[in-house]
Amino acid sequence: MANEQYHEMWEKLNLDLPAHDGLLEVLGKFYGDIYMSQDGRLKGMEYLDFVLSEVHGLRIKELQDTKAEGRKVIGTFCVFVPEELTLAAGAVQVGLCAGAEVGQESAEKLVPRNTCALIKSFIGFKLARICPFTESCDLVVGETTCDGKKKAYESFSDYVPMHVMEVPQQKNEADRGLWKSEVLRYKEALEKLTGNLITADSLKKAIRTVNDRRRALQRLNRLRAAVPTPISGRDVLLINQVSFYDDPVRFTQSINKLCDELEERISKNEGIVDAKTPRLMLSGCPMAVPNWKLPFVIESSGAVVVGEESCIGTRNTRDLVGESGETVEEMIDAVCDRYMKIDCACFTPNTERLDNITGMARELKADGVIHYALMFCQPYGHEALKVEKALQKADIPMLSIETDYSMEDVAQLKTRVEAFVEMVGGK
Amino acid sequence: MIAGIDIGSRSIELVLIDKGKVIHQDKAATTFQPLSQVRKLLDGAVPDHIVATGYGRNLLANTDMCAPVDTITEIKAYALGASRLYPEVRTLLDIGGQDTKVISLVPGGRVMKFEMNDRCAAGTGKFLEHMANVFQMPVREFGPYALGGTAALAINRMCTVFAETEAVSLMAQGHDPRNIALGLHASIARRTIAMLNRVGLTQPVLFAGGVARNPCVVRLLQEALPGPFLVPEDPDMLGAHGAALHGIEQRFSKTA
Repeated sequence: MANEQYHEMWEKLNLDLPAHDGLLEVLGKFYGDIYMSQDGRLKGMEYLDFVLSEVHGLRIKELQDTKAEGRKVIGTFCVFVPEELTLAAGAVQVGLCAGAEVGQESAEKLVPRNTCALIKSFIGFKLARICPFTESCDLVVGETTCDGKKKAYESFSDYVPMHVMEVPQQKNEADRGLWKSEVLRYKEALEKLTGNLITADSLKKAIRTVNDRRRALQRLNRLRAAVPTPISGRDVLLINQVSFYDDPVRFTQSINKLCDELEERISKNEGIVDAKTPRLMLSGCPMAVPNWKLPFVIESSGAVVVGEESCIGTRNTRDLVGESGETVEEMIDAVCDRYMKIDCACFTPNTERLDNITGMARELKADGVIHYALMFCQPYGHEALKVEKALQKADIPMLSIETDYSMEDVAQLKTRVEAFVEMVGGK
Repeated sequence: MIAGIDIGSRSIELVLIDKGKVIHQDKAATTFQPLSQVRKLLDGAVPDHIVATGYGRNLLANTDMCAPVDTITEIKAYALGASRLYPEVRTLLDIGGQDTKVISLVPGGRVMKFEMNDRCAAGTGKFLEHMANVFQMPVREFGPYALGGTAALAINRMCTVFAETEAVSLMAQGHDPRNIALGLHASIARRTIAMLNRVGLTQPVLFAGGVARNPCVVRLLQEALPGPFLVPEDPDMLGAHGAALHGIEQRFSKTA
């Protein structure tokens, strides 16, 4: 992946080249071990392999070309930032690097040690200068989904231009009002940054583009539920991860093509694993690239992952924005309504998440759920206890895992996951 | 002949079963050469089938042994051992060299739920080993020594390093070392009971794993828990025994 041809571009972006080369080398090896070692992958996954291999190369070049045309790049860390508005203002939205243990020591100068790995990671990536996405951003949009992020963005704003959206904590009328004012404030910020007004036409088109991507991912989620499982959980996670980086229109086309292939495979009753393989659903914190640790542990323990109840998963794709609005005002309302449905653990109460998890586990015919909370993540740590209770009522076994990005606990994780697989598989 | 081998973090146990009977059992330290320790334990015996469990199970599975090797987790191995040898048991506690596990069993022996300590080895055999070292005595003498205490002193930190600091400062205050040792054992018992309660304590409880050889931990748990509390004669052999039983069941299901 360490392509000489991109060195000049990376240098211009002020990346730390030796450190960045080191990262790409590790990432490439990691990807080879976890992804390329799989048997019976879909041909359509070649597109994902390509995008990932060029994620710091060709995709960054595209972004630079886009910027040269005068378009702006917006970086985000959360599914609450309404991409519909970003696209309608003629800007590009990308997720920023937050999935690897990078620059931890320097990050701990800005945030306390007992901060989750995801927050430390995005700060570490910036301080170590090895995320070309962060370095390409004209604006980074944060949000107040937890205290850790909220305070981290204050420090982060010394390094990048920041705009922070306030996400409400409840779902009452007043909260909806607050959220709408935040969406409008973001709209203004975008219009000021890009010099483009968001019009009914541009917003309508943007809503359709983002909905189309969600529809493609919904289709993928419906198809992957087949027995025997036609695609690995790792591959579906990767697809969800790439959806945050790739051009939305091109991505949607590729995923729909991959879904055609999946349909064909399902009609032939072909799976990547035996129909009797225990089916597990993941639930909890998002897994950003290259955080494939837990899915890999699960899928090398004799089980297959059949669902991701996570922001890099169904939380980001389940609900569409209503498409009937004609005026900007109507469409903004539709955007607000859709985002207020997100069942993030930052809300109190958040009982709809419990219903969604139980419903999803049943639909996917999951034999069990593995709840994944990042260490020091209070919202998801708390909800792990509630999810376990809700699943117990539904007679679905759950294993609660708390971990971070380091590899030191893999052997223990493997023992727990294998024992859980033995348990739900009734072996 | 079936061999069950439990390669734990501190010790390796071997159980050989032939024609439904345990014909040999033995244990050795794990060391940093677990494979040669396994070979030593086998001592030339050639089983038809090996079932490996414990931390080193995959190491054995990836090694060319004299017989086919299958693996199961220690959770399943202990559950299987317990349910076959003590069918009435509903809760299984296993404190080993670096892990504590609580396993709740349904009638028939299937695992219903389990919990395992996180990455830290606080409150396990390793903790006792370290503390015995601080008291300058072999670990097997540490439990009986602590039983000589009359009033357990409060040790609040579970982290081995911090607990040692607490113990040392109690010593500096002139306290009876036996009461400090008793306090250290009591802190393990407290943590274990909290874990048992989290998983859901159903009687009877079986206490296995190497730490079940420590009479002080056994006594403290027994006093704190209501109802029957069983300790096998060879509490650290249960995993290897369960693994061997798994091998037998597999053979049986293959020929059936």
